[in-house]
This record gives sequence, C-alpha cells and structure tokens, in this order.
Amino acid sequence: METVRTRALTRRFGDLVALDQLNLAVEEGEIFGLVGPDGAGKTTTMRLLTGILEPSSGEAWVDGLHAVREAEAIKDRIGYMSQRFGLYPDLTVIENIDFYADLYEVPKAGRNERIERLLAFSNLTPFKRRLAGNLSGGMKQKLGLACALVHTPRVLFLDEPTNGVDPVSRRDFWRILYQLQQERVTIFVSTAYLDEAERCNRIGLLHRGRLMACDTVDGVKGLLQGALLEVRCDSPRRAAILLRATDLGGVALFGDRIHVLVPDIDQGRLSIEAVLRAEGIPCHGLQVIEPSLEDVFTSAIPAVTHV
Amino acid sequence: MLERLYRMLVKEFIQVLRNPRMRAVLFGMPLVQVLVIGYAVSTDVRHVALAVYDLDRTPATRDLLARFEGSGCFDIVKRIGSEAEIQDVLDSGEAKAVLRLNRGFAEDLSGGRGARAQLLLDGSDSNTASVVMSYASRLSADYNRAIMEQRFSRTAGLRLEAEPIALVSRAWFNTNLDSRNFFVPGVLAMLVAILTVILSSMSIVREREIGTMEQIMVTPIGRLEFILGKTTPFAVIGLVDVALIALLAVFWFQIPLAGNPLFLFLGTGLYLMSTLGAGLFISTVSSTQQQAMMTAFFFLLPVFMLSGFVYPIANMPEAVQWLTLLNPLRHYLVIIRGVFLKGLGPSVLWPQMLALAGLGSGMLILAAGRFRKTMV
Repeated sequence: METVRTRALTRRFGDLVALDQLNLAVEEGEIFGLVGPDGAGKTTTMRLLTGILEPSSGEAWVDGLHAVREAEAIKDRIGYMSQRFGLYPDLTVIENIDFYADLYEVPKAGRNERIERLLAFSNLTPFKRRLAGNLSGGMKQKLGLACALVHTPRVLFLDEPTNGVDPVSRRDFWRILYQLQQERVTIFVSTAYLDEAERCNRIGLLHRGRLMACDTVDGVKGLLQGALLEVRCDSPRRAAILLRATDLGGVALFGDRIHVLVPDIDQGRLSIEAVLRAEGIPCHGLQVIEPSLEDVFTSAIPAVTHV
Repeated sequence: MLERLYRMLVKEFIQVLRNPRMRAVLFGMPLVQVLVIGYAVSTDVRHVALAVYDLDRTPATRDLLARFEGSGCFDIVKRIGSEAEIQDVLDSGEAKAVLRLNRGFAEDLSGGRGARAQLLLDGSDSNTASVVMSYASRLSADYNRAIMEQRFSRTAGLRLEAEPIALVSRAWFNTNLDSRNFFVPGVLAMLVAILTVILSSMSIVREREIGTMEQIMVTPIGRLEFILGKTTPFAVIGLVDVALIALLAVFWFQIPLAGNPLFLFLGTGLYLMSTLGAGLFISTVSSTQQQAMMTAFFFLLPVFMLSGFVYPIANMPEAVQWLTLLNPLRHYLVIIRGVFLKGLGPSVLWPQMLALAGLGSGMLILAAGRFRKTMV
C-alpha cells in the first residue's frame, strides 16, 4: 500500500518554482530519503505533505488522505520534525513531551508508559528535568523525535534531522529509525548527506525542484551511464582542469583522486593517459571503481558539486 | 478540546513565570511605577518660585506679599533690586514669575487712584503659567475685597453689601481637587495596556521566530484553542496587576474606591479583551519580534494621547473626538475613574462597557481571522 503519493505536485514562490511537478510514491513501512543540495526543494516538499503549505498545483495524499482537503485529519496520523529545532527551549524535556502528548490528545491510559519508553529509547531519561535549550545538538534532535512520536504516528516526516549532529549521535538516531521501521512506521526523511542517503531503502534525487531520479540506492547508482575510472596522479587539481577541457564525460575531484566518467573503459583509459602524458604529469594508477551516490550526483548535477 | 486548551495555558504560564526577571517585570515594575508616579506626577501647582521687585517698600506692599506667601501657592525666592534682574531670574529659571510693585503703590492705594501691580510670567510651560495667573488674580481679588471692606467700615461706618453674584464652587467626588486621585487610576489603566499589548504582540511572532510555530502547525490543535491559549494567561496576569495596583492605590495613597471592586474587574476584563486583541493582531501581521515591538509602541502612543488621560477630549477637533470612540483606553478611563471616585456602577457606565465589549470582540475576531495554520 502506498503511504505517500504525489501527482504533479508543484509549488511556486513568486517567480521561483520551488517544487516542479513532483510524482512520487512511498510504500508503507519504507524508509524513503529525499536527497538533494540546499535549496533543492526538500523542505517545501515536507511542508506540502504535512499540510502546512498549500500547493500551487498538483495533489498529494498521505495515508490515503488528501493533503489539502483533509489536512487536519492527516495531522493526527503523522509526526513531523522541522529542520530547525522546533521545541520550547524554556521548557524541560518532560514538559515538552507532555505538551505534545496533550496537543495530540494521547489517551491517559498507557501514556506514561509510552513516554517512559520514548525517553529510554532516545537515552533522554537522565535529562528529563533539563531545559530543552540546554541540551546538546544530538539530544535536541532525539527530543524532537520523541515529541514527534508521542502519538504513535503512522508516517514520520523528518526534515534534515541530523543536520549539524555529531557522527555518533547520528548513528544512534538511525538506530532509532530502524527500530521504528520494525513497527511498520513509514519514514520520509530528507537529507543533504549522501552517506546518510545510503541508509534509506529508496531515495529520490531532488535538484532545483525537479526529481532527477527515484529508485533504490543501487538502482540510482545503476543509472550512471558508462564506467567510472579513478585516476591517481601528481598535481591532481591541474590534471582535473585539463581533463575537463577534453571531450571526456563527468570529471570530479575527490581529494587527491580524480573520478572520470567514460562511455567505454579502454577508450577512456587511453584518452586519459594521453592527456596526462602530453602535459608531463606522472600517473600512479588508473582503475575502474564502483560508483558512489556522490558520483551519481556529480554527474547528474554538474554545476552544483564541481569545485 | 479542553484538555488541549488547558495544556496550552499551563505551557504559557510556565514560560512566562519561569524566568525570575520576567516575574519582576510583570508584577514588580507596575507597582514600583505606580508608587513613583503617584508621588511625582501631579498637575497641582504649589510653591511657585516668585521673585519680587518691590520699588515701594511700604506696609501696603508688604501686606500684599504676605498674602502671596501665606497662600502656599507662592514662595518668594528672591528680592530683585533692578529692572535688568527681572530678565535674569526668568531666563535662569530661578523664578517662574516676577511680581513688580511700582513706587507709589501705597499712595495710589490710599488715594483711591487704583494701584498697579505687574505679574511677569515664564510662559514656556503654558499649563503652569495659566494656573499661576489664576492664583495671582484670586489673591489680588481677595486683597481688593479686604481693602474695600476696611475702607467702608472706617469712612462711612457702613458695611459692604453682599456682592450681586457670589459663585461658591465645591468639587464633588474629589473634594480637594487632588490630582493624584485622578492620575493614579489613569496610570493603572496605562500600565495594564502596556503590559498586555506588548506581551500579546510578542506571543505568536515569538513562536514563529524561534521555529516552534511550524511544529505547532502540524499538530491537530484548533485555531481558537491556540488563540485562547495564547491570550488567557496574559488576561490573568493583567487582572492580577490591576488588583495589586488597586490595593496600592487604596491602602497606600488613600485614594477612595467608592464603587464595587467586582464591577471594576468586570470592566477590566472587557478592557483587556481589546488590548489583547490589538496585541495579537500586531503579532499576526509582524514577521519579527522587533517589528511587533515597534508596532505595539506606535499603537500605544496615540492610545494614551487621545484617551483623555491628560488632554481633555472636549478640546480636540471634532473629527479626532469621533476617532477617540475607537480607543478602548478612553472608555476604560471613564469606567475606572467612575468606579474609583464616583462609585458608579453598570447602570451609568453601560455605554462604556458595551463599547469595550464591542471593540474587544472585534479585535479578537480580527486577530483570530488573521491567524492561519499554514505558512505563506
């Protein structure tokens, strides 16, 4: 069953098209990642799906309910964590959770057990009486998650939840998401981190309001046409500039290595060696590698990721 | 529904009252201000610094000066010896008025030629100057009368007949015309307006600014629940402040509370509806707290000036007089002064209460109508 579905969902802000004709379907119990650079339209998509922003055209359904006509009914079934920390810094951890539990009218019976479980599961129990404003970045995000989960939502929308969170807290956070997935909660998460995108079941690549690709992580990687060669050589920056000037495909610099996307492996290898030799740059290695999501991104979105 | 509203209220109270400095601002400051203003602000003019340029120096002039000083309205601060000094004392502000008595004052007086005295006033403070003028003319009229009486009884053995018209005035409700009795209730009304307008103008825009609004929008909370949850705590704080200030006014300043305190609270409740409505409206149209603060300030200024708090409405141009009918403070001042000083009740004050109820619900509806659970 599809939990989230959009049809030609579009939102304009004046002349800017923040989201352009988005068609998307997310299955129940899936972790779906909306991946894209800043300004790609991720937050706009989240707000349209959670019913706090109205689309300019197109439609969306969440858990079978229409995102505009049945916006208020949707709110009982979803949890949402906005990109900015959206809780009250001058209330304690437990006061924040209690507040949201009441707003969602969580039944008194079993409420305390649920809250205790949420606190335990996000490791916040020792910080119950601490003001939310005094929590660390990672703890704030976990508190946000606990508040978004207090009413046992069917769908969870997380807008860049681990932005600015340290790697350890990020891993903890994902551990919680996997546990939720076991309970058949559908998770719709947006991120600008590609390593994080790899943790999702399926991802959608969003760039300037358009969905460039939508598939499993491997499926998206398979979209890359041709083969990827990794070049190790002296003065890689200069070499990258020279390679870019040729008619070879996507060229991207990763530290001291250069990734070159070529239509044909042997042909590509010869061309690269020729360019380097002509300029007197010693080459230390040239091999075919498995593309990462970043490679797909650099080839799909050349203007943005090139240095 | 009630559960959500209750939780909104609890949350707002925790947020407002948790900070000790905020508690001091909300409950301490209004009291301190009323205390200071109650002592300091007064339009009663007493002890006006008077300089005397007495060229005659006779028992007659001394008698007149003694009357000036004895009235309590004037303090003779300086005796001037030359014409040039008149300018000096007025310029430096050493004296607010100069009384000049020419040579031959006593002779003219006894000769029945009509003695002349000149009062020179510093008119830069027009209010004080006109009050001083009326004091001085009253004193000289009294003096005239005393002299006439004396003369009649001495020369003709006659008694002065009663004046054709004798105006005997007596001020009701504020027998001593003590301006404090008039001002303190007004200051109360103003302080409560400042408190509630500014608190409520910050309320929604603050949630928007710190990012909690977005999180609230995705919950099933109703618009009315949210608006009521945001305003009720400030209404309660406003009422508590009114009670505290009223206690201070009655027990410290001995301002008579002639009417029913419960009715005063009813009127205050109606008044708070419009101040909170106005504040909320400001909050819904502002995008930052700073904007809301500035707007609230510019809203409050005309509310004070055009309320009749200091400047009588009857003196305003007619168009402005009509405009003041939209000013909640105008109506509330009538109620609070009526209850405090005249002991009035709803049978007389119902038009003001009706006006406040209308303005209040209008502003609240306007603010609630502006509030949306979606972003733009």
